[in-house]
Amino acid sequence: MSTRSRWLLCAAVLGALHLSVACAGFFAPYDPTAQDREHPYAPPMPLHFVDAQGGFHLLPFFYAQKLRAGSFDQYEENRARAIPVKFFVSGASYHVLGVFPLRRHLFGGGEVPVYLLGSDEYGRDLLSRVLFGGQVSLLAGLIGAGLTLSIGLCIGTLAGFLGGWKDEVLMRVAELFLALPWIYLLFAMRAFLPLAVPPLKAFLLVVMVIGAVGWARPARMVRGIVLSARERDFVRAARGFGASDGYLLRRHILPETSSVVLTQAAILVPQFVLAEMTLSFLGLGVPEPVPSWGNMLAGLQHYNVLVSYWWMYLPALVMVPFFLGYLVLASLLQGSYGTSKIDETLGEI
Amino acid sequence: MTLFLLRRLAHAAFLLLGVSVLAFFFSTLAPGNYFDDMRLNPQISPERLSALRAEYRVDQPLAVRYARWAGGVLRGDLGVSFAYNAPVATLLWTRAQNTLLLTGTAMVLAWMLALPLGVWSAERLGRPADIALSWATAVLLIIPDLTLALGLLVLAVRTAWLPTGGLVSVGFDAFSAAHKARDVALHMLLPVTVLVASALPVLLRHVRAAVAEALEAPFLRAAEGHGIARRRLLYRYVLPAAAHPLIALFGFSLGTLLSASLLVEVVMSWPGLGPFLLEAILGRDLYVVIGGVLLSTLFLVVGNFVADLLLYWTDPRIRVEASRR
Repeated sequence: MSTRSRWLLCAAVLGALHLSVACAGFFAPYDPTAQDREHPYAPPMPLHFVDAQGGFHLLPFFYAQKLRAGSFDQYEENRARAIPVKFFVSGASYHVLGVFPLRRHLFGGGEVPVYLLGSDEYGRDLLSRVLFGGQVSLLAGLIGAGLTLSIGLCIGTLAGFLGGWKDEVLMRVAELFLALPWIYLLFAMRAFLPLAVPPLKAFLLVVMVIGAVGWARPARMVRGIVLSARERDFVRAARGFGASDGYLLRRHILPETSSVVLTQAAILVPQFVLAEMTLSFLGLGVPEPVPSWGNMLAGLQHYNVLVSYWWMYLPALVMVPFFLGYLVLASLLQGSYGTSKIDETLGEI
Repeated sequence: MTLFLLRRLAHAAFLLLGVSVLAFFFSTLAPGNYFDDMRLNPQISPERLSALRAEYRVDQPLAVRYARWAGGVLRGDLGVSFAYNAPVATLLWTRAQNTLLLTGTAMVLAWMLALPLGVWSAERLGRPADIALSWATAVLLIIPDLTLALGLLVLAVRTAWLPTGGLVSVGFDAFSAAHKARDVALHMLLPVTVLVASALPVLLRHVRAAVAEALEAPFLRAAEGHGIARRRLLYRYVLPAAAHPLIALFGFSLGTLLSASLLVEVVMSWPGLGPFLLEAILGRDLYVVIGGVLLSTLFLVVGNFVADLLLYWTDPRIRVEASRR
């Protein structure tokens, strides 16, 4: 595959994944917090095209599930009646990108609820929760990465540009942050912040913690680039012509750091999504009933869920395609900025 | 040599001091402490509470507490756990042993796999076998620990092939020695698999890159021309030449021995540091958290120090540079 088509493919995949999460309300058939106490732990309902009588349907249909008599979590399908999936149905209201109110959903089951990925202990639709949970987790990753890179860029530039004892002090502090294993850092910073907080505040806290943890590595890389850029001939020449520090930074030095910043962004975003998931999984992050990819998995800490309701594991698989997309993006970025051939181990993908 | 050692030691001491100060002062940002919930408990009188607070010295100013605590740390006393009313050092150490059993095994296995596979793949750089291996590592790389650990757990529980959770089975004390070893090994299998799978891609890529770089050196042409066997060439000449980045990486993996498995331990309910620290965080057991952070930093610092020593020992360039300063 040529580099160009790789870029296009990567952009298309990442774009599609992010778009489906950003427009979660449209793709999700239900509200992520809407409960259906009649259908707790409903298993995934497969879509069919061929019914029990052998008749072919052009549009997919499903069978309604109802609790088996005398059981509270065993379902049986009613194979007698094929219920067609309805498209572009009106349902629970939601906001596109948090602004425009809408009620139209891509699909729905009409009167009978359809749970393509099954439902959780309160009968909430897992598919809807995965899509909406992606908003929380991805946003945490993106904002966290943005925060980290801004801090890293500022400190790195300051250290590299100012030099002297200021550089020394800043880099010693960065070393401190690098020395701490990040999961301890995450734990420790979270430990020293309030535990039981409402979802929005918890989200902001998590983003802040994640953002404050990782700045040291980008800061050191940026510093290195600024240090070498400062001594380049064209920068000296510009300085000789009387350019101010601000102008030099803006026009000549900061553009040089773009390679590091972009590559680091592609590496950090999935890492930070994982960090949010880890915190929420452990109960230190975004709390119920707001879904996040991490707190949706928290149920798996219970043995009975592990044994009986395997579909509760499905949210764990969701970020694998995201990770793949970002990994390819990072290796493409590294490749385009001319990292040595041997370092670029994943160039073959 | 002594100067080199002293510099590294001073650096390590600085890191530990910095981390301890950072952790301790961060802790004051936390609203409330372990004893705040007790205020609501009608069975605990205010006098008893203030006596408790005085006993654990929560009521004193921060600087005083830090000075007392730091003085204790120098004598090997990490403070007292509020929840267990026991010395933090002993509590942490019993858990850390379980963690080390897990991570140590995983680390040895990961390196034993990474070295031959990395050399094998670097030798075939760009050929189908190498590309296939790169794909395999990429797949391992994009599956996060959490996904893998939970997936294996679901699998193990549904098939009942392997025991899940904990370190030993019920009735462990009555087992014979061989049975005991087998029992622990079976319990370790799942978490170790996850840890190896998460460490392997990084190690493998580094070994491959380092060996591939060393393979391009001219002295190898000469050695080849002398008719030295390929195998001896790779392991006797190429690997030492590629050792420098690998030793640094080895130091790093030594340093992560206490931190690599935290999440996996919680998922697999392994009685190590992970669940213990999580419990301490949720319970605001301050000194346990700080002690845990400090212990893991200590490991990191020691790991880097060992790597520095090894580098000094193996790489003449560093010896020369160090003596010149």
